[in-house]
Amino acid sequence: MDKFHIVVCIKVVPKPEEIAVDKETMLLIRDGVRSEINPPDMNAIEMALKLKDKYGGKISILSMGPPFFADYLRVPLAMGADHIYLMSDRNFGGADTLATTYTLAEGIRKIGDVDMVICGEESSDGATGQVPAGLAEWLGINQLTQMDEVDIDLRGKVARGKREIAGGHISLEVPFPVVVSAKTASNEPRFMDYTIKPWAFEEGRITVWGAEDVEVEDDHIGLPGSPTIVSGLEQAPERARKRQFLEGSPEEIADQLGKILVQAL
Amino acid sequence: MVESLYNVENETPSIWVLLEQQDGVLEGVSLELLSKGRELADAIGWELTGLLIGHQVAALADEAIAMGADQVLLVEHPLLEHFTVDGYTHVADQVLLRHQPSIFLLGATPDGRDLAGRLAVRLRTGLNADCTDLRLDPKTGILICEVSGFGGGVLALIEMQTHRPQMATVRPGVFLPGETDYNRTGSVVSPEFDLPPETIQTKITERVVGESLDLTQTPALVCGGRGIDGHFEWMYELAELLGGDVGATRPPVDEGHIERERQIGQTGVICRPKVAICCGISGAFHFVVGVQDADVVIAINNDPEAPIFDHADYCIVGDTHEIVPALIEVLKTSEVSKETAYG
Repeated sequence: MDKFHIVVCIKVVPKPEEIAVDKETMLLIRDGVRSEINPPDMNAIEMALKLKDKYGGKISILSMGPPFFADYLRVPLAMGADHIYLMSDRNFGGADTLATTYTLAEGIRKIGDVDMVICGEESSDGATGQVPAGLAEWLGINQLTQMDEVDIDLRGKVARGKREIAGGHISLEVPFPVVVSAKTASNEPRFMDYTIKPWAFEEGRITVWGAEDVEVEDDHIGLPGSPTIVSGLEQAPERARKRQFLEGSPEEIADQLGKILVQAL
Repeated sequence: MVESLYNVENETPSIWVLLEQQDGVLEGVSLELLSKGRELADAIGWELTGLLIGHQVAALADEAIAMGADQVLLVEHPLLEHFTVDGYTHVADQVLLRHQPSIFLLGATPDGRDLAGRLAVRLRTGLNADCTDLRLDPKTGILICEVSGFGGGVLALIEMQTHRPQMATVRPGVFLPGETDYNRTGSVVSPEFDLPPETIQTKITERVVGESLDLTQTPALVCGGRGIDGHFEWMYELAELLGGDVGATRPPVDEGHIERERQIGQTGVICRPKVAICCGISGAFHFVVGVQDADVVIAINNDPEAPIFDHADYCIVGDTHEIVPALIEVLKTSEVSKETAYG
C-alpha cells in the first residue's frame, strides 16, 4: 500500500456565542460575527494527525464554502496536514444534507486514492450529524461514527474504532476505505507548530475547486440539488417564567428553596 | 434535481416509525415516536407502521401495537441481532422500497442517525435531523419538520415536495410516550428480504453495555455549568437528596468533568422534570431548550445579568459554592428528601 491517505472534512462556522437573530426579520445578524473552525472538526484533525504520527502517510483537508474559508484552512496546515482543498462555488450554496454529502463525496473522489475520511461528529451551526453516514453511502464505503479512538492495521487493511456509550463501549472493525466521525472532545487538539506556521500562512498552497473542476452533476448540487426546502421561520415560543428573585443570606435563600422544592416535587 | 427512488406519485400513504431495540428492549424514543406518529396518522386517516429489525424480537411487536402501531413489519435474522449500519440499511432499504411509505421517522440516537443518514442517500431523498416538532398537512400529506435555527430563538420549518420517503429524526425526550393499551389490535407481518452475509462488513469485536442513563424521566434535574468549576460532587449530592439526577452544559462535558450522556439541550438531552436547578449556567439558548419544559426552573448564578434568569421561576444571584452546600444542609433535615429520595 502506498502512503496511508486521510482526508479530513472540515467546516468554518460563525462563533455560536456571537450569533444573534433580528427579531423582526428572523434573519441571522452576521455583521461583526467572527468565525472559527467548527470545534468538533478540530477533534477530527487531531485524530488524523495522531494516525500520521504513528504510521506516516499524508493528510488532506477538504472544505466546502466561500473563499474566506481559506484563511481558516491554514490552521490545520500549520498543525501538520499536507494539502488543503477548498470547494468554492456559488452553485454549491444552499445545499441540504443530500446535496452537501454528494458534493463532498465528489471532492473526495477527485482528490483520489483515499483510505480514510475523518469528519467531526456534527457542526455547531447545524448539529445534525448526518454528513458522515451520507458521505460513506455516496462513496460506497464503510463507516465508523462517533469514535472516541481509532486505529488502523495497514497489513490487514482494516480500521478499528471504539465508541464509548452510557455504561460501556462498543468496538468495531471494518475494512478500508472508511469514513470515520470523531466524537466531540474525544481528544485534545494540538496547537499549531510554530516552525511550520509561517510557511502554512504565507506559502502553503490551497487548491480551490469550482463546480466545473470537480465535474459534479449540476442538478445535484446547491439549492437546486436539495430536496428539502425551508418553508417558514417562526419565533420559538418562550415559556413564561415567574422570574422571582430570592434575597437574603445563603442560609435564608436555602430555606426558601427548600420550601419551593417541597411544593414542586 | 436527483430523483428519489420512489416519489410522491407512487407513495403509499402511511407513516412508518423505526422501532429501535437494544437487547430486546424498545428504546424510549421509539415509543415517543409511536405516540406522535399515532397522532399524525389519526389526523390524516393513515396507517401507522412500526419497522422492527433484530433477532428474536417478535415479543416487542405486541408492545408496539399496544403503544399505537396498526402494523408491525418484523425483520428478523441472526445477523441482525445487533445493529450494524450496513446490515440494517440493507434490509430497511428493501422493505421501504417494497412498501413505499410517505413518511419514515427515526430516533436521533447514534444508531438511528447512522441508519437515517445512510438510508436517505441510498433512497436519494431528504432528511431532516433533530426535529423539535412534526406537523402534517392534512390535505397534502406533506410533513412539516420544525428544527431549531442556528443561534436560537428561531424555528425553521422544513418540508419536501416530491421526494419520498419524508425522513426525519427526533431526539429522545422531545415527544411524550402514549398510554399502553393491550386491547389495541394490529397485525404483525414478516416481509421477505435477502441478507447475504457479505453485505455486513462491520465486525463488532467487543460490546459492553452497562445500565443506560435516561435523564428524560427524572423528576428533579440538577444541572451544572461552567460556573461550578467542575464541582459535580455537590450536584450529585443535591440530586440524590431530591431523588433526581445530574445534567450539565456543554463546557464541563468538553472539559471532561462529566460524561457526554449528561449534556442537556439542543445537542444533548431534552428533559421534562418537575424541577430543574441550574447552577453556574449562563443560559445560552442551546442549553435552555433542554429544560424549557420543566415545571419549575431555579437558577443560581453570580452574574445578575445572566440570561438564565429570563428563563427561571426562582432566581438567585449568588455564589453557587455557598448556596448549594447551604441547600444541601437544609434538605438533609427537611421533609422533601425523606419523601422523594428513598420513598
